[in-house]
Amino acid sequence: MNGLLLLIPVALLLGLGGLAAFFWALRSGQFEDLDGAANRILIDDEEDDAA
Amino acid sequence: MTALLHDALKADLRETILAVPGMHCAGCMSKVERGLGALDGVAAARVNLTARLVSVRHGPALDAKALVRALDEIGFDAQPRKDEFGPRVSAVRPLLAPLAVAGFAAMNVMLLSVSVWSGAEGTTRELFHWLSAAIAIPAILFSGRPFFKSAWSALKQWQTNMDVPISIGILVATGLSLYEVVTGGRHAWFDGALMLIAFLLIGRVLDAMMRDKARAGVDALLSQAAQGAMVVGHGGELAWVEARALEPGMVMRVAAGERLAADGTILQGTSRFDQALLTGETVPVALGEGELALAGTLNLDAPVDVTVSAAGRDTTLAEIARLMEAASQARSKYVRIADKAARLYAPAVHTLAALTVVGWLLAGASLYQALVIGVAVLIITCPCALGLAVPVAQVVASGALMRAGLMVKDGTAFERLAGADRVLFDKTGTLTLGRPLPDPAALAALPAEAASVALALASHSRHPLSRGLAEALAQAGHRAAKLVRIVERPGEGVMANWQGREVTLRRPEAASGMAVALTMEGGPTFLIPYSDRLRPDAQEAIAQLRGLGLESSILSGDRVEAVAEVARELRLTAQAAAGPVEKQEAIARLQAGGHRVLMVGDGLNDGPALAEATASVAPGSASDVGLQAADLVFVQDSLLAVPRAVRAARQTMAVVKQNFALAILYNVLAIPLAVLGFVTPLVAAIAMSTSSLLVVGNSLRLARAAK
Repeated sequence: MNGLLLLIPVALLLGLGGLAAFFWALRSGQFEDLDGAANRILIDDEEDDAA
Repeated sequence: MTALLHDALKADLRETILAVPGMHCAGCMSKVERGLGALDGVAAARVNLTARLVSVRHGPALDAKALVRALDEIGFDAQPRKDEFGPRVSAVRPLLAPLAVAGFAAMNVMLLSVSVWSGAEGTTRELFHWLSAAIAIPAILFSGRPFFKSAWSALKQWQTNMDVPISIGILVATGLSLYEVVTGGRHAWFDGALMLIAFLLIGRVLDAMMRDKARAGVDALLSQAAQGAMVVGHGGELAWVEARALEPGMVMRVAAGERLAADGTILQGTSRFDQALLTGETVPVALGEGELALAGTLNLDAPVDVTVSAAGRDTTLAEIARLMEAASQARSKYVRIADKAARLYAPAVHTLAALTVVGWLLAGASLYQALVIGVAVLIITCPCALGLAVPVAQVVASGALMRAGLMVKDGTAFERLAGADRVLFDKTGTLTLGRPLPDPAALAALPAEAASVALALASHSRHPLSRGLAEALAQAGHRAAKLVRIVERPGEGVMANWQGREVTLRRPEAASGMAVALTMEGGPTFLIPYSDRLRPDAQEAIAQLRGLGLESSILSGDRVEAVAEVARELRLTAQAAAGPVEKQEAIARLQAGGHRVLMVGDGLNDGPALAEATASVAPGSASDVGLQAADLVFVQDSLLAVPRAVRAARQTMAVVKQNFALAILYNVLAIPLAVLGFVTPLVAAIAMSTSSLLVVGNSLRLARAAK
């Protein structure tokens, strides 16, 4: 029972942390271009001159 | 270097947003970003691939035109984005926050509920219930708002939609659970209510994503239209003026290959104008000084000065816009299939719940017991699967169509398209490609070196005929010859020197119809005729539509002879020389005769007809008006997209009906349990998830609908 008193607030805080992180991402425009984000990983960062 | 520039210009950076409809992959993104980033004065360029936009932060030395030119050099068509679009209104964004909250709360409450179900007793159960209530009540009030709002606005008009039973179910379950918690009862239903909200929000988010995507695609196409004109000032200076700032009396200088931004009379020069977009007429009209040229027409031959006679709201366009508005209002009365189902469903379940309460009271149960069982009936019948039945099917189908190059702008388009039994095609730009293409026989007859000279000459001009020629020759595998001293003279053609011989690609002296002449010093002159050709697979598409039970005919604004030729080739009946009003009337007549009409058209003159028809499709090359009015837009050249869309729509509706059947079957099985009082929160949670999974799984079969 005493364990619960500690664990439940911890679980809730972690969950709330995740929720807050999601809201931050939403506000800062990270959901504006989902297709672009999916494709950006394919872009080579090196300059093309070398190739 | 860039860093230095960046520092120097930081104080005076501005942002320009360009629409680049041609971007579709990672390679395009990096080409555009690097190409722009390499320009002097550009601090940063960032592509938004979903919206097909690139936003550029740059110094004052650059303007939008310079950026467009830079993109053109690396092979991308671009246009400054029209202001009236503003920041795009996303349908998804307002739903994401409620979904996140509902998801978070549902998981946490479920965690607590599982402990209660597995036998937590006494103070532990009470603690868990209070915690659940503390999480669930604010979460339900916040994330349920989209449903409450929609239900309230329906109730205000004495109507009911799918959101009414949903809202009632959620609110009643929450109220009863709160009562249970306060009185220390055994069952709280918070998990069920939250799970319902989360599932339904997922359905709505998917639905909104589909519409956002299609709208972004169409917006990108829209931005390509002419947006303004070079205006000649009193001192002869030229300035770029946006279309909506044009005023009667201004003099526009319209180069060959440009579209007119406003109606006007020709002040100076003569040229031929392609009015296909406006009237459907394919043969260019020659206009001289003092004659009226209409907004939206394409100047083909020579630069002309045009005095603006009407702009903005007073043009021919405005009349068409008014007709369209009236037609679309009539269409908005369409009732979605889900709301039709809700009109039958909601009264049935509410009566059932009320009867259950009355029945238990008569059987001698206490008021509290009877109410708890009534609420269980409401929760178990809460149309979770019903709420997902339509959106999930539409999302999967439109995703499949999007990959096949068909953008579905409106979810109800599937419902309307599936029922269509008659197709009307516009001719110019719909059955035909709507752009003059060089005659393939004449191209095949060109000697190889003449072809490579022609390609080189044509690639130095932006005139539509030259571009068509360059494209066709490049596709046939010809390489451009090396030319020197290249000069383009507007209204005449392109001249150059090739291996010491003068070569020209120009307007033939006496041409009937459209053609260009290729002359090579000391050699013969080649005449290349142009014509507007049928889209590939037009025959096949019409045959397939007939197979689906849709009879086609042509409804065109072009002259009788031109329409007759196409009608003969496709063996269709046709109505020619129809203006926007006649087209609209033709559709209204068919609809009055009990037909559900699918209109396929592209031009400004098709706008009212597209809005009037039961469902409408436009090619991606269509005018702004066509793109906005149509339910579906297809981007490839092939007309097979039309039967494909009809097939996909019918399959979608079949799956939607199966989904309804599954959801109702589940209710038929669960309701007797609920009425008899056997349903606990655990049973409700299991039943709700399985029925939703069934519906989603069934809808996923549509992933191959576009085949």
